[in-house]
Amino acid sequence: MMPKNRPKTASDEKAPIPVLHVAHSPHLCQTARTTQRMMIDVVIAVTPLLVVSFFVFRWYAVKQIAVCLAGCLAAEVIFTKMRRRSLSLSDWSATVTGIILALSLPGPAPWYVGVIASFVSIGIGKIIFGGIGMNIFNPAMVGRAFVMIAFAGNLAASGYVDPMSPIDAMTQATPMDAFKQTGATATLSALFWGLTNGSLGETSAVACIIGGFYLCLRRTASWEIPVGVILSAGVMAGIANLADLQSHWTVLHHLLGGSLLFGAFFIATDPVSSPLAPKGKFIFGVGVGFFIMLLRFYSGYPEGVMFAVLLMNALTPLINHWTIPRTFGEK
Amino acid sequence: MNSFAHGIHPPERKNLVADKAIEIIPPPEKVILPLLQNVGAPCEPVVRPKQDVSFGDPVCRGGAPVSASLHSPVSGRVQKISVTTLANGRHVKAIFIKTEGEQLSGRALWEEIFGGDWPMQNIQKYDPQEIIAAIYSAGIVGQGGAAFPTHVKLMPGKKKTLDTVLINGCECEPYLNADFRLMIEAPGPVVCGALLIGRVTGAEEIIIGIEDNKPEAVESLKKATFGTGIKIAVLKTKYPQGSEKQLIQAVLRRKVPLGGLPPDVGVVVNNVGTAASVARAVIKGKPVTHRIVSVTGAGIADPKNLLVPIGICFDELIKFCGGLTMDAARLIAGGPMTGFAFTNLETPVTKGTGGLIALTQKDVRKAKETSCIRCGRCVDVCPMNLVPTRLALASRQKNLDLLEKYNIQGCFECGCCAYICPAGIPLVQLIRAGKALSVASKKK
Repeated sequence: MMPKNRPKTASDEKAPIPVLHVAHSPHLCQTARTTQRMMIDVVIAVTPLLVVSFFVFRWYAVKQIAVCLAGCLAAEVIFTKMRRRSLSLSDWSATVTGIILALSLPGPAPWYVGVIASFVSIGIGKIIFGGIGMNIFNPAMVGRAFVMIAFAGNLAASGYVDPMSPIDAMTQATPMDAFKQTGATATLSALFWGLTNGSLGETSAVACIIGGFYLCLRRTASWEIPVGVILSAGVMAGIANLADLQSHWTVLHHLLGGSLLFGAFFIATDPVSSPLAPKGKFIFGVGVGFFIMLLRFYSGYPEGVMFAVLLMNALTPLINHWTIPRTFGEK
Repeated sequence: MNSFAHGIHPPERKNLVADKAIEIIPPPEKVILPLLQNVGAPCEPVVRPKQDVSFGDPVCRGGAPVSASLHSPVSGRVQKISVTTLANGRHVKAIFIKTEGEQLSGRALWEEIFGGDWPMQNIQKYDPQEIIAAIYSAGIVGQGGAAFPTHVKLMPGKKKTLDTVLINGCECEPYLNADFRLMIEAPGPVVCGALLIGRVTGAEEIIIGIEDNKPEAVESLKKATFGTGIKIAVLKTKYPQGSEKQLIQAVLRRKVPLGGLPPDVGVVVNNVGTAASVARAVIKGKPVTHRIVSVTGAGIADPKNLLVPIGICFDELIKFCGGLTMDAARLIAGGPMTGFAFTNLETPVTKGTGGLIALTQKDVRKAKETSCIRCGRCVDVCPMNLVPTRLALASRQKNLDLLEKYNIQGCFECGCCAYICPAGIPLVQLIRAGKALSVASKKK
């Protein structure tokens, strides 16, 4: 406080004063969960998957992840520049797309497959719709679907196998394919821990569960989606088991095998391409689980997560339309 | 524990002033009494410039159906009737009074307002019509912030029977402690007012709702209500528990229909401060002249709870609390979730002002707005179960059909959605614009 009766001096005039501004309410906002932080959460959550993939697939995994990360970041830079927008790498969304894409690819796929998938993911999967938040389909799955058709050989079941590889897991067929072709069943423990062949991130059920729980606890992923996927896939697998009691591929094999858990926790939970309201999210999850099982049973592919997610992405606007929450007090 | 669906848990920050007893601010040199402090129509002045008024004299008459009268909180002389700007940005006519002569102050003022006996038995002897008349002539409006004239609220259409009176002691907004201190320091008028409101409405049950972060207030009111039949409902601390519809849902498990009001489910809700004013009006025949304001926030040097005259300027409050700190960045009249930011320190306190909060640069730090990633968190927290992101989009596109389809009028602007949004989208601002658009289109 200034002493009273003191003559005013020039320095008083220049004394700093608080600068006030106005804004609309609310005047508080949480800063713990920004879009950027949600993306970083996904990166944290995939760490167990990365660890397992480095352990099982060694430099195949390192190479694939490096290629896709570089590809996605480069694509983001190039396409954002083309749109004359300010660069948005700091939102980490391109990083997430790169990692998820790499983890969904087979280890032996050549480098150009990863690069092309990355550019399609970012360019056609996201930027073409108007950038982050505007895309209809999961960008990583768009890129993967493209290379799956363009490089059918590299991404078919045989593309996963490299007989000359020094890595044990890669000399064998993926568990899903082995079962489809010969009826051979993998042990549940192998599927649980992830010491099998498959896409880089999908092999270990335990890694997917740990990462997935983290995402759901942080509410970065909505739990309704994985619960829906696992419930509906489990029920369908159960019915299939009842119809064919001889089968050694049980409900647990279906849930732990292939990329069901990876898809349920990391791919289907992409907020942009899934519904808004909790009920819609659950329906979306149930739909994904249903189509996964339908494709596993009846399609030529051993696995169906990618197409199931893309199909349900397309239905998301419809689900949103059906599941507008009933306003408080509405009849 | 009882609660409502959805909502958020913002930082409470009530401890800045929660333990500070209410102080009485010395009479100011002037007061500015806006003619519109309530929902509805402005009141009409009954004084002329240069006229002398004394403490408690009526200066305005609330003539319109939804309006409230106004009284001088000081003794002095009317200087002029001119325009002032309220914290919410509205320019309204106001009576400027310069204080002159002897003023009630300090303990005497406290005794005048909260002192004395507050009857809690034989409430039957007060006639409902007379209670309403007393409330009307005392100029009572809802003191929780909405400022709806109380005599109108207590006279709903003849067809609706009211079975329950809810007294709102939730004070769910962060920072604020005005109602909390009132419940602790002057529970008498609160309980007496609750009984009188019960008498007017003929309700069988009177329940006071308090959040569980205020155990002292619960204790204080339990003691004060002993033997009166009033119940105390302790509610989970969650924002916006103090909203009428959410309070009714939490306490009574009833849902006010969309577009309806509490009387539609047989309930009337009044703030604890309003109840105290009702008691004062009926028992002592005294009008609303003062109210309790929490002057708080990290931007205030010495935060306090104050008993202040209506019409005192905010700069007097700030000066009395040691001034602003250097990093003060935003002044808010009301709570931080629904209050109004203002910069003119000559803005007067109104009957609905429960707080003056000075937030610092750090409190209001906000990231740049980014694109909606449709995560649905706004849907998860909306207490009205709306889809805020769709309403905001519809508002941006000026799509009236979409606004209606998503029930824009159901929004009461509590701010949960904008608080939680990871993309920092100004959802409430957009929805407000959408509401205005929708209302304008209906008038055509």
